[in-house]
Amino acid sequence: MLRIIVLLAGLPLAGLLLAAPLPAAAAERIVAAGGVVTEILYALGVEDRIVGVDTTSVHPPQALADNPDVGYVRALSAEGVLSLAPDRVIATDAAGPAAALDLVRQAGVPIDVVGEEPTRAGVTGRIRTIGALVGAEARAEALAAEVEADFAALAEARARLDGAQVRVLFVLSLQNGRAMVGGAGTSADAIIALAGGVNAVPEVAGYKPVTDEAIIAAAPDVVLSIARGDHALDPDEVFAMPAFALTPASEGRRLVSMDGLALLGFGPRAPQAAAALMRALHPRAEIPPIGAAEATR
Amino acid sequence: MSAGVAGAGAVPSRTQADALAARRRRARLGLVALAVLVGALSILALGAGAVVIPPGRVVAIVWDAATGAGSGAARDALVVTGIRLPRLLMGLLVGAALAVAGALMQGLFRNPLADPGLVGVSSGAGLAAGITIVLGERLLPAALGVDPFALLPIGAFLGGLASTLVLYAIATRNGRTSIATMLLAGIALGALAGAASGFLAYLSDDRQLRDLTFWSLGSLGGATWSKLAVVAPILLVTLAATPILARALNALVLGEAEAYHLGVAVERAKAAIVVLVAAAVGASVAAAGVIGFVGIVVPHLLRLAIGPDHRVLLPASALLGAALLVGADIVARTVVAPAELPIGIVTAAIGAPFFLWLLLRKRGLFP
Repeated sequence: MLRIIVLLAGLPLAGLLLAAPLPAAAAERIVAAGGVVTEILYALGVEDRIVGVDTTSVHPPQALADNPDVGYVRALSAEGVLSLAPDRVIATDAAGPAAALDLVRQAGVPIDVVGEEPTRAGVTGRIRTIGALVGAEARAEALAAEVEADFAALAEARARLDGAQVRVLFVLSLQNGRAMVGGAGTSADAIIALAGGVNAVPEVAGYKPVTDEAIIAAAPDVVLSIARGDHALDPDEVFAMPAFALTPASEGRRLVSMDGLALLGFGPRAPQAAAALMRALHPRAEIPPIGAAEATR
Repeated sequence: MSAGVAGAGAVPSRTQADALAARRRRARLGLVALAVLVGALSILALGAGAVVIPPGRVVAIVWDAATGAGSGAARDALVVTGIRLPRLLMGLLVGAALAVAGALMQGLFRNPLADPGLVGVSSGAGLAAGITIVLGERLLPAALGVDPFALLPIGAFLGGLASTLVLYAIATRNGRTSIATMLLAGIALGALAGAASGFLAYLSDDRQLRDLTFWSLGSLGGATWSKLAVVAPILLVTLAATPILARALNALVLGEAEAYHLGVAVERAKAAIVVLVAAAVGASVAAAGVIGFVGIVVPHLLRLAIGPDHRVLLPASALLGAALLVGADIVARTVVAPAELPIGIVTAAIGAPFFLWLLLRKRGLFP
């Protein structure tokens, strides 16, 4: 039964593969492993060269709809990736497992790994690196310059804030009433700082579960979380929990939910995400639109 | 089964002799059928996958590799000889080892629910893997440049072996091993390891939690020739040693004292079984993560089909275990291609309904 299915599915595909034996000079075929890689490839306008993306490639939404899904970025399959006949795999350093990546390399497919540093230089570095890999240097330079300008505008807006300290608690997930929060060194910590907020749990390192009492002691003015998927939080549920009910954030029911990849991915949308967060944290401050996307909205 | 009630005494009646002969024929037929199944699935496993390679080309590549002609670094050749072949061999060995380990455990404990997990191998190996995933980055100085993930197989193997040795030491007094103590201590040790694993899950961050989950569902995706070179000798030794144990296990079915009086070196057999199972399961877990279900269901299925004689049951378990795992792996890497399902999901999804059907049929609920 299975054999019949496999054969039936395989025959036409086999014909296609044999008919087009992948000349090296052909347009590049890219597999993107990591949401931020896919986002940058689309921003560089080379999406027609993408032949596969991983499950975390949620922006833009058509990325996963238009391309084969090679699985979760930490659980890639060597043969699956090779079956897309890529010339190049571009991955974040989260990609794995190492054994699968080694096999892909052995098959002669280079894997380029971009870092995930949650900084201004990290964003522009990623854009330039990926631009160079796909031969879109000019477009990458323009995009990097845009992002630089956005970050500069963001820094100006941040300098004009009234100096009020807004303590922000980033909650990655709430499972069984246990909050996993973003401490120092996380991309959540970085975006909070860019938005002119103060991380309420600077003493925590990385993403860690904390006790209810630690949340009360952190006294956040705002709770920040991710808007979609399995991490989405409901304000009614959050502020009904004793730990959150006793925080300053509970009084104004200040729960901010934002797109996860924009907020934490540190791709080209990072300055806009920081600006959106800044408006939520400092509702009375005048914050001009940042970047072309916000100006035209 | 005992149809020949009439008279006869010590001499088996004609009908009993016939029944025995029929069972032997059936067992031989079963073994041949299973061997054919394994062969067919192996061929399919080499031919099927996300990369579509025509059957003729697969044969040519395997022939070239076998004769050392080496068709260079062509992508198809690498997919067949670098990915599918080691994966197939790993699947055959791990499947056979897990099923045989299950059959050995059930025979040793005379308990239908016994599986390799009972001697603490799986939980110990799982805990060690969890420690490697969650604490590896913290415990290993980054300066060493060692990827904690590379240490996972070694950690799992050592964890499995260590927990079995502890259990064996607890259950052994004055050179005699109490199977009942071992069973109970195994459950306690399993619970302890489970608690520690739960604590690790509590400590872990989002990404580590994902790694833990994927790992605990098993995959043959990491099978490479170098990993195979480490794991295969351990598994082959275990498989090669099992025929020697078949007679002892048949005698142990009657009870330890009875087996002793039948001339079986009971203590030595027990020690051999426990060590072999620990080594086989530790190596399997190290190579492919935790693949449940094979060890418990394959031997039962065969007992229902061809009877409880360990001389047939052990080789048949090896064959069916190999077939189940290779078959499940074919499904795992083709249904959601180019992504891949964890194999533990597939073995359970294929095996469990079939097993239930067999049980119900045995009880006359199905024709």
